[in-house]
Amino acid sequence: MNGMNRRGIVAVLLVAATAAAACSRGDSSRVLIQNKGSDTLVNLAQAWAEHYRTVKPGVAIAVSGGGSGTGIAALINGTVDIANASREMHAEEKEQVRAHNGKDAIEHRVARDAIVVYISKSNPIAKINVADLACIYAEDGTCQSWTALGVEVPGCADQKIIRVSRQSNSGTYEFFRDAVLGKGRDFKLGSRDMQGSKDVVDLVAKTPCAIGYSGMGYVTADVKVLCLAKDASSPCVAPTPESAKSGEYPLSRWLYMLTLGEPQGDVKGYLDWILSPAGQQIVVQSGFVPVN
Amino acid sequence: MGNDREHAGAPRDLGRSRAAVAAERVIEALIRICGFSAIFFVFSIFLFVALSGSDFIVNRLDLHEFLLSPEWVPTSVSNKRYGTLALTIGTFSVTGLAMLIAVPFGLGSAIFVSEFTGGKVKEVLKVVIELLAAIPSVVWGFVGLVIMNPLIIAVFDAPIGLNVLNGGILLGLMSVPIIVSIGEDAIKAVPDSYREASMAMGATRWQTVVHVLLPAARSGLLAAVLLGVGRAIGETIAVLMATGHAVQIPHSPLDSVRTLTATIASELGETSRGSDHYQALFTIGILLFALTFVVNLSADLIVRGVRGEQR
Repeated sequence: MNGMNRRGIVAVLLVAATAAAACSRGDSSRVLIQNKGSDTLVNLAQAWAEHYRTVKPGVAIAVSGGGSGTGIAALINGTVDIANASREMHAEEKEQVRAHNGKDAIEHRVARDAIVVYISKSNPIAKINVADLACIYAEDGTCQSWTALGVEVPGCADQKIIRVSRQSNSGTYEFFRDAVLGKGRDFKLGSRDMQGSKDVVDLVAKTPCAIGYSGMGYVTADVKVLCLAKDASSPCVAPTPESAKSGEYPLSRWLYMLTLGEPQGDVKGYLDWILSPAGQQIVVQSGFVPVN
Repeated sequence: MGNDREHAGAPRDLGRSRAAVAAERVIEALIRICGFSAIFFVFSIFLFVALSGSDFIVNRLDLHEFLLSPEWVPTSVSNKRYGTLALTIGTFSVTGLAMLIAVPFGLGSAIFVSEFTGGKVKEVLKVVIELLAAIPSVVWGFVGLVIMNPLIIAVFDAPIGLNVLNGGILLGLMSVPIIVSIGEDAIKAVPDSYREASMAMGATRWQTVVHVLLPAARSGLLAAVLLGVGRAIGETIAVLMATGHAVQIPHSPLDSVRTLTATIASELGETSRGSDHYQALFTIGILLFALTFVVNLSADLIVRGVRGEQR
């Protein structure tokens, strides 16, 4: 169905296979940490899990995606040890965690990300501002064609803007909605809602009329990244590790891992390692920005 | 019915052991349970779906909005809307286009396989058509995403290739094997005496097919088409990947749409159990149930009408 779940399943299988191997060696002290959620984080979480096997062979981490909403729902139901989220938790989600588990959810910042806006390579536009993005994506927005933004896109029928977005449980979807459209505003219906960030990149790469967004870790050379300005009078900022870190890039955000209460034992060991220089090195390799 | 069987079987029981008779009884009972289990499963699934959405349906469902509003915005912070019109039209537009493709192709090849070819060609064709039916729907979806999308953009100069046309072609191809195999059975089931009589009257093969075989096999052919429709309405993953998954009422085959099934598939995993959104998705399930029921029922009535006419 989508790249995410497939990757998630592969990750689970891999971890299960290692787990089975560990068992057959008679290692009875093996611990399994369940880790689920954000699609933006899933590749990074998987890279961490794989490296951690060499750091601590007795601990296996099962990673799956599904979206930030899915991860938080699993945390509420108490079925995961660590939930991944690419947005902050809502107040009602925090309440539900407390009501169901008697513990508070603790948010750990594990990486920094920028939401990158991109278009097809044939599109001549080079920069855009947040107000224009809202004009394209918002319910009451009026920007329907590339001509309205002052460009002519070769190979694009009727110059119609094809909005590519994400399914509604995505943390990226919610972050983009709140940050670009403003709180309380909705997306205009009729956008192509993809199941994963990778699907957005793939579709935009093949569609001259398209515009899409996702976390910076997913961007490939097949799409053209836009330089983004806060408003019409500000200079535009390219999404780079530096501009994401400083917050100068308008759509930068934290990526979180969530636990029930303060982490203990092996979960704490894993989170500490993630925040250590070795763990943060993998953040850089995955195309995101380290915490410090 | 059961008594008839026992009487009919009674003379044969002579000379058989008690165990054999008892075994036959048990088998008969098991077969009866299998027969009635379909009814049980249909009702329990319906009950489960209805109960899962019951609180929403009873207390908060605005039927007018649900059926007639095209706005499906279940995760809005300020203004949640549960309108399924765009999704219903999406389902029907893709299914309709699929049938435009699948019915002529399916019935055509059913006629060819049954009447115009034989021997090796027929065997090869049947095996290949069965293979077509065995392709998993996610593979079809992949074809739609990777091959058809750029192709449709290039050929039709469309802004995007994930649309009704893409989904319709895929669903059409997926329905063809079902229509072929059931349609072929229906034509084959027409007694040879019909063919012989027609030939004896001097009719050509084609005239025999059009004026004798097709009318005689009408209800079977209709059943074949309906099973194809059922396949198309219920298909999820391929349409999720190929139609663009966009909530809008299509104005042309080149517009993206979203179907009822794809909406359930992509959103159910995310919702917290018992929430309005969760229950609204189950209400969509009931709507799908009702739509397929209406399709099947009207088809059944048509078949009965056709049979009545023939008498």
